Amino acid sequence: MNNKTRTAWLFLAPMLLVLLLVAVWPLGRTIWFSFTDANINNLDTTQFVGLENYWGEFGLFANPNHTDGFFASDWGISILNTLKFSIVSVTLETVFGLAVALLLNQEFKGRTLVRTAVLVPWAIPTIVSAKMWGWMLHDQFGVINQWLFDLGWIAEKIAWTAQPEYAMWTVVAVDVWKTTPFMALLILAALQTLPKDCYEAAQVDGVHPLRVFWQVTLPLIKPALMVAVIFRLLDALRVFDLIYVLTSNNNSTISMSGFVRREMIDNGYMGYGSAASTALFLIIGLCTVFAIKASRMKLGDD
Amino acid sequence: MKTPLLGRVALYAAATLLVLVSVFPFFYALATSFKTGQALFDSSLLPTSVSWSNYISLFTLAEQPFGRHILNSVMVSILVVAISLFLGVSAAYALGRISFKGRGLLLTAILGVSMFPQVAVLAGMFELIRFLGLYNQALGLVLPYMIFTLPFTVWVLTTFMKQLPKELEEAAIMDGCSPWRIIKDVFMPLLWPALVSTGLLAFIAAWNEFLFALTFVLDNNERTVPVSISLISGASKYEIPWGNIMAASVLVTLPLLALVLAFQKKIVSGLTAGAVKG
Repeated sequence: MNNKTRTAWLFLAPMLLVLLLVAVWPLGRTIWFSFTDANINNLDTTQFVGLENYWGEFGLFANPNHTDGFFASDWGISILNTLKFSIVSVTLETVFGLAVALLLNQEFKGRTLVRTAVLVPWAIPTIVSAKMWGWMLHDQFGVINQWLFDLGWIAEKIAWTAQPEYAMWTVVAVDVWKTTPFMALLILAALQTLPKDCYEAAQVDGVHPLRVFWQVTLPLIKPALMVAVIFRLLDALRVFDLIYVLTSNNNSTISMSGFVRREMIDNGYMGYGSAASTALFLIIGLCTVFAIKASRMKLGDD
Repeated sequence: MKTPLLGRVALYAAATLLVLVSVFPFFYALATSFKTGQALFDSSLLPTSVSWSNYISLFTLAEQPFGRHILNSVMVSILVVAISLFLGVSAAYALGRISFKGRGLLLTAILGVSMFPQVAVLAGMFELIRFLGLYNQALGLVLPYMIFTLPFTVWVLTTFMKQLPKELEEAAIMDGCSPWRIIKDVFMPLLWPALVSTGLLAFIAAWNEFLFALTFVLDNNERTVPVSISLISGASKYEIPWGNIMAASVLVTLPLLALVLAFQKKIVSGLTAGAVKG
């Protein structure tokens, strides 16, 4: 090992040690717990149970008690909820983010002000935005119900966060409100790197702006767009706080992370919860690998 | 360039709508925080009279020591920023300025950690925190928070570090500077903008974190503000004190909003360095 390499590892060591301690070790322990019957209240009596938490009688998968099928079990429901939430919200955020970025890329008076205002939802903590929207969407006193009622669009006030048929879409709407700025900023940064001359050329040739968008802008910002989408998707797949606070984790909205926390901490089934979290980890890992392969993203530039 | 009038009108209409949708919820929270009693339930946009009682009661209620919670959050966030910047700069020097075998792989692995779902380490972290005697202590949260601030800090600082001119470093090596002095005296002054933006983002992430704070701290005095807000409750399930919740929300958000708006450019550059260049 030459001198330079030794220096490099010396400077890396503190950071790597901390990451080993806070990420690799706890992850390994969690995976180990997933093969045990650990209970959070008494870790001393933990016993190895093999794949029982996964495929056993009360396991996550292949549980004979799930007579209505896998997707009717709480775990199955939380998988479906998470997928529904992630796909719908990331799609909407991409579309709105693109629209907002295109708008902010135009020149108009007060653009700086608008750009500042767009940052506001992003700057608000998730818990606060959940509470704020929870209040605005309140079933009796919420301002949104009041408006819709006054406009005559609804006959009676709706419990947006409690009624199962609305709860998930309410969560999606709040998430879209909160996260579209992030998307818009990333897309805007990509838009601003585009060469001006090909737009001028297109304008001189009289090409319709929509065609310019589809055939010039979109392909050029696609790499940056894909990165933003992947980041958001991974973030959405582990959603917890928004759902926990806005709809108190009921069955119509509970996410996989929410399921894990409920089983592990609230119910104390650390082994079973660990199995669920390990499954979630694998699902997200597979999604990442797939997404990186699909977008042929380059990691690191060497 | 001349855009048709209709286009201009549509543009301004869209911009206005965008501003309204972005700002209204916070504005309404602010308005609610000044309302008390029956006024809370009339859903008018402006309070008829301004009352500070929601704010005052936040700090006087014994069962909900909000001032203490703010202090906890400030301490945790500042510590997280300090530690992750220190570790981040030293690691970024190695990753950005020295070429050695396995560097690309290491960067990928670090990025991989930042994609971890937090719950994937929950059980192991719970055990670790109890083992280290940090359970039920606000400052103990600094440890798990490293999971999401450290990879990000390393990644962004490495990107910035790579862009610095090579000549500076070579001159310093010629003068016989040690690597540590090169970082301290040559790179640090140039890295300030990057340090500010990554530091802010780490601060925001630590300030907002909920899952770990909810799980590892049960003692009412040791909570951080997001958990504190989520737990504000009234005498019964049907008497949720919305005025207090909104007042707390405003207090927690205002400093963050001030930071974000004051350092807009820095934050955006940090975000895009973290994501677009990935």
